[in-house]
Amino acid sequence: MSWINARRRRPAAGYAALLLGLVVVALVYGALTSQGGVTAASAATGTQQDIAAGKALFQATCSSCHGLDAQGTSQAPSLIGAGAAAVDFQMSTGRMPAKEVGAENERGPVTFTQRQIHDIAGYIASLGGGPPIPTAEQVDPRNGDPGVGYELFSANCSQCHGFAGAGGALTYGKDAPALTAATPTQIYEAMLTGPEAMPVFADGVLSPQAKRDIIAYITQTRVEPNPGGFSLGRTGPVTEGIVIFLGGMGFLVLISMWITAKRRDPKPTGPTGTEQK
Amino acid sequence: MSDMEETEGAEGAGVPVAPHRVIGTPPPSPRLLGSAPVAQEGSETALALVSDEEEFQEHIDGLPPDDPQVIVHGKRAERVVVACFLLTFIAGCGFVAAYVGLGVHTVDKTLRSNLALGFSMSVMFLALGLGALIWVRHLMPNVEVTQQRHDLRSDEKERQATEAYFKEGTANSGFVKRPLVRRTLMLGTLPLLAAPVVLLRDLGPQPGTSLRRTVWRPGLRLLVQGTNQPITPAQFSAPGSMITIVPDGFEDNQDALTKAAVILIKFRPGELNIPTRYAGSTLISTMNWTVDNIVAYSKICTHVGCPVALYEQTTHHILCPCHQSTFEATTGATVIFGPAPRPLPQLPLTVDSSGYLVSKSDFTQPVGPSFWERG
Amino acid sequence: MSRPAVNSDTDFDVSKPLKGTAGWLDDRFGGARGVRTYLLRKVYPDHWSFLLGEIALYSFIILLLTGTFLSFFFVPSTTEVVYHGSYVKFDGIRMSEAFQSTLRISFDVRGGLLMRQIHHWAADLFVAALIIHMLRVFFTGAYRKPREVNWLIGITLFALALIEGLFGYSLPDDQLSGAGLRIFEGVLQGVPIVGTYLAFFLFGGPFPGHDIVPRMYIIHVLLIPGILLALITAHIFIMFWQKHTQMPAKGNTERNVTGQPSYPYFVAKTSAWFMFIFGALALLATFAQINPIWLYGPYTPVAISSASQPDFYMGILEGSLRAMPAWEWNFLGHTVSFSVLIPFALPLGIVLGGAAFWPFFERWATGDKAYHHINDRPRNAPVRTGIGMAAIVFYGVLWAEGANDVLADFLHIPLYTVTWIARVLTILGPILAYVITKRICLGLQRKDREDLLHGYESGIIRQLPDGEFIEVHQPVNEERRAVLEAKPVLALMPAPGSKDDNGVPPPSARGMLGKARAVANRAFAETVPVEADGHGNGHGPEGAGEEHAAVGSAGTPAQLPSGDSSDEDSGSS
Repeated sequence: MSWINARRRRPAAGYAALLLGLVVVALVYGALTSQGGVTAASAATGTQQDIAAGKALFQATCSSCHGLDAQGTSQAPSLIGAGAAAVDFQMSTGRMPAKEVGAENERGPVTFTQRQIHDIAGYIASLGGGPPIPTAEQVDPRNGDPGVGYELFSANCSQCHGFAGAGGALTYGKDAPALTAATPTQIYEAMLTGPEAMPVFADGVLSPQAKRDIIAYITQTRVEPNPGGFSLGRTGPVTEGIVIFLGGMGFLVLISMWITAKRRDPKPTGPTGTEQK
Repeated sequence: MSDMEETEGAEGAGVPVAPHRVIGTPPPSPRLLGSAPVAQEGSETALALVSDEEEFQEHIDGLPPDDPQVIVHGKRAERVVVACFLLTFIAGCGFVAAYVGLGVHTVDKTLRSNLALGFSMSVMFLALGLGALIWVRHLMPNVEVTQQRHDLRSDEKERQATEAYFKEGTANSGFVKRPLVRRTLMLGTLPLLAAPVVLLRDLGPQPGTSLRRTVWRPGLRLLVQGTNQPITPAQFSAPGSMITIVPDGFEDNQDALTKAAVILIKFRPGELNIPTRYAGSTLISTMNWTVDNIVAYSKICTHVGCPVALYEQTTHHILCPCHQSTFEATTGATVIFGPAPRPLPQLPLTVDSSGYLVSKSDFTQPVGPSFWERG
Repeated sequence: MSRPAVNSDTDFDVSKPLKGTAGWLDDRFGGARGVRTYLLRKVYPDHWSFLLGEIALYSFIILLLTGTFLSFFFVPSTTEVVYHGSYVKFDGIRMSEAFQSTLRISFDVRGGLLMRQIHHWAADLFVAALIIHMLRVFFTGAYRKPREVNWLIGITLFALALIEGLFGYSLPDDQLSGAGLRIFEGVLQGVPIVGTYLAFFLFGGPFPGHDIVPRMYIIHVLLIPGILLALITAHIFIMFWQKHTQMPAKGNTERNVTGQPSYPYFVAKTSAWFMFIFGALALLATFAQINPIWLYGPYTPVAISSASQPDFYMGILEGSLRAMPAWEWNFLGHTVSFSVLIPFALPLGIVLGGAAFWPFFERWATGDKAYHHINDRPRNAPVRTGIGMAAIVFYGVLWAEGANDVLADFLHIPLYTVTWIARVLTILGPILAYVITKRICLGLQRKDREDLLHGYESGIIRQLPDGEFIEVHQPVNEERRAVLEAKPVLALMPAPGSKDDNGVPPPSARGMLGKARAVANRAFAETVPVEADGHGNGHGPEGAGEEHAAVGSAGTPAQLPSGDSSDEDSGSS
C-alpha cells in the first residue's frame, strides 16, 4: 500500500485534501487573472479656468507620474494637447489619479471636488489645447433621438460595451465598462477623447447631435424597465442557459424526486402517525 | 390453384362452404366468412388470452382504508388538496381578470401585464400540480404492481410462417421470376431520384462570381454609417479615431452591406506600416491606399463574416467579438490570434475633387469568409 | 389486503357513463381488453430519473400550444418597414416586418410577451431535458438490446431539436440571431465544392436576401414539428410496447416490471408533472426575461454586440469556432478553410455519431448479446460511465468556450487565456475525466463489495475485552443486498493467441480488428468481483477479523452489544 493510501483514513487527510484543492485553485486563478494593458494618451482641448490653482494641484498630485510640466514620464503619457475634456473624464470617474501604473484604470471613488477637477483641466488645456469640456446643453439627452442613437451605438459601440451597455471583455485583461454609471457629460467626453483603449469619435465624424443621439439611447435604455422579468444581466443567452439548467432543471429534478419518492404511510405500531410527505 | 373444394375449419364446427371462385384467387380463410377465430393449438403469442391475475400481481402497502389513522390522514390530505384546487380556481380567475383589466402598449404596462398574467398562470398550474400530487400520494392507496414481461421475440413457428408466406407472395408476384419487369420498373423510377435536385434548383441563383465583388467602385464616396454623411480627412484627423463606413447609395441595402461595410481608422504619423503584398499577381495591400494615415479595411471578418468592429486604440488591434479573431491594424490587418485565416482586405482610398474620401476601386480580393472557388 | 370498496350508496357510480359512452365506442372499435391490459393497468416503474424524458415531451406540447398562438401574430417577412408602434424608442427606425411583428406580439398583444417567453423557455427546457434524459439512458445502459432503435430515434430527435431551436430564435430577425445566421451562412459557404451553392440556394441568393425568414418559418412551424411529432410518437410507442426498463431492486428481474398501474396512479402523477412543468415555465416567463429583442434591435450586417452567443445548445458549435486556431489550405485556385470546417463537423459529429454508434460498439466490445430490461448502476459499468463523463467534459469545455468573452469579463481572466485553456482542456479534459471516473467507479464497486461482505459501518462503537474500540458493521438489509448484488458479470472473450481444445484460434479475436476488440474487451471486463462468501482479494490475513465485527458468511448478523455497557444507548431495537 502506498504512503498516501496508508494515511488516507487519518483525520487530517480530509483537511489536507481540502487545503491542497484550495491552494491549487488559488494559484491557478491568481496566475490567470493578469494585469491589464497600458493607459493611452488622449487628445482633448481645454477651457479657461483658474489655471494657477490647477497647476498647483497638478504638481502636487499628478506630476509624479505625468511629469512636472505634464510632459510625460516612462510611467504615464504626456498630457500636452490632451485637453480639458479628457482630464474631466478621467478624474470625475475616479480613474485618475491612477492607483497602479500600467493597469487598466477602472471607475472608482472620486477624490477631488468638481471645482478642483475643472481647475486642473483648465491648466492642462492651457498647455496645449485639446477638446474642451462640453456644456450641459451639448450633452442633454432630451435633445437626442434614441432611435438614431441606437443605429450609431450598435455599429460603433455595442461591440465593446454590449447591446444594452452592460460592458464586455477586451484583450489582455482589459474590459469595456458598463455604461450604467456614466453621466451624459462623461459619455460625451469619452467619445470625444477616446480614453485608454477606446477609439476617438471626434466631432468631425460624430457630430455633437450624433453624440446626443447616442447619449439619449444609452441613458434611456439603462433605465428602461425589463417587462419580461429580471434582466439576467442583459448579456444575452449565456445567463439564460445557466438559469434553465440550474433553475429550471434543478427545480424540476427536485420535484421529480418528490413525485416518485417512497411513500411513508401511517404504520400500524408506534405513536400516532406523523404527517410526512 | 383453382381450389374449389370446401374449406373446413380445424375443428370442423359450422364453417360455411366456400362459394364458387375464379381461377387464381387464393382460398378464403374461415375468418373472412364470419366464423369465430379458432385458437391455434400451442401458440403463445402476445395476444393469447392470459388472465389478469397471471399478468399482474398487485400488492397494496399500508393500512386498510377503514383504519382510523388512514381516515384522519386522508381527511387532512383532502383539506390540503381542496385548498390547492381552490387556489387554482382563484388564480385562474385572476388570470382572466388581469387579461381583461390590464392593457399593454407601453413598456411599463407590458411589465405589469406580464407580471400579473404570468404569476396567476404559474400559481394556477403549480397549485393544480400540487393538488394532484398530494392526491395521488396521500389519498390513493399505495399500490405496487408487478407485470410480467413477455418474450419480445416472436416464437419460431410464427417467424417461419411469416417467412413462408412472404416467400410465397414474392414468388406469386413474379417479381423474382420476371427480370425484365423488375428491371424496367426500377429504370422507370430512376428519374425520380433526381426530383429533389430538379425541383429545388430554383431555390436560389448560382453564386457565379458575385462573392468575388462588392459594390465598391472607383470614386464611390465613403459615408459615415448612421449619419450618412461623407467624410474628409480633416474631419477624421484625431489619431485613434475609428468609425463604421457604408458606401454611398447603399446605406440601407443589407445585401450590399454584408460585404461592403468598412472600418476606417486614423493613425499618428509613423504608426502605419502596411507592407506591399500580392496574392499571385494581384496587389492586395499597400501604403499607397491610405490617405493621410487613414486606412480602410473591410469590416467583414474573414472567418465567418461577423462585423469585426472592436478596435483598441492602444494596441491597434481590431478584434472580432464573435470568435475573437484579432487583426493588427498597422500592418495591413494581419491575423495575430484566433481562427481567421486571412488578413482583412484593404479598401484602396483616395480623395475626390471635393476633398471627400472615396474608394479608388473595389477590393482587389474577395471579402469575407473563405469559399471553395476563392482561389 | 382488500381493495378499497365502492360504496354505491354515497359514491358516484361510474358504471352508467362507462356503459354509455365507452360502450358506444366499444361497439364500433372493440378493444375492452386492450384498453385494460395495455392502458389502464400498464405498469410504470417509479424512479425519478424516468420522468426526465417526460419533461421533454411536455415541453414539446407546450411549445406546440404557445407556438400556435405566436403563429397567429408573427409575420415571416423581411420586407422593410418604418416602425411607428408602441416601443417608441424605435420610432422612425427601419426594420423587417418579422421584427416589427415580434415587437407587436411583445408590446401590443395581451399575454403576447408571456407566450413568447414561455415558448422560448420551453425550447431551452426541451433541449436541456433531452440532454439530461439522453445522459440518464446512457449511464444506465438502457439503450441496450432491445432498445437500440429507440436510442437512434432519440438521437435523431435531439439533432432535429437543435435545428428547430436555431431556426426558431432566428425568426424575429434581431441583431443577435441575425449574427448567428450570418455565421451559419459563412460556415455553409466554406463547405468544399458545394458550399456556395448550398448557401445561395438556402438563402435565395447572397446573404441575407429576403427568402431565409419565410423558409425558416415553414421549416420551423411545419416540417420539423411534423417529423418530431412522428418520431416522438414512434419513440413512445416503442417504449410502450417493449415496456420501460427498471432499476435493480429486490424482486425486479428481467422477466417482470414493477411499479404503479397507469390508471389512476400514473395518470395522476404524470398530470401533476405536466402541471409542474408548465408552472415552472410560466414562473420563468414571469420573472426571468428571455430574448429581449427590443434591446438587441433589428438586424443589420454592419453591427455586432459583445457577448454574442447563440442559445445554449448551440454553445458547443460556437465554442469550437472560437477555440479552433487558424488553418486554411489554398491550392489550384481553391480554398478549404479547416478553421471553419473542423468546428462545424467534428465536435457534434463526435458526440452524436459516437452516441449513435455506442450501443453497437459496446456489444462488439463486450460480446453481450442478451436482453437488458434491468438498468445498470453507473458504477457497475466503469468504461461506459468513464466514456460518458469524457463526452460530457468534451461537450462542456467547448460549450463554456462559447461563452469565453463573458467568462473573461466576469472572472477577470484575459480573453486569450480562456481560449488557450479551452484548447488544452478539449484534448486533456476528456482523457482525465475518463481515467478519474473509471477509478471512482471501481472504488465505489469496492465500497459496495465491502458493504456486501462485511456490512456497513453502523456508527455503533463497541469495546472489546482487551480495551480496543471497534466500529460494529451491520449487514445490509434485503433491499440493499438485492441492489448491490445486481451486478452484471461480463465474461471475458477469448484473447487473441489463445486456442480452444481443437487448436483453433477464436474467430472473434482474428486480425487487427480482433486485437482491438480484445483490448476493448479487457477494459470493459475490468471490474471488482463480488463474492458472496469468504474474503476477496486485498484482505491480508492480519487484522481482518479484528477491524470490524465479523460477519462471517453472508447474512449472519454482527455481534451486537447486548446491554453489557452501562450507559450505552442502543437505539436499535
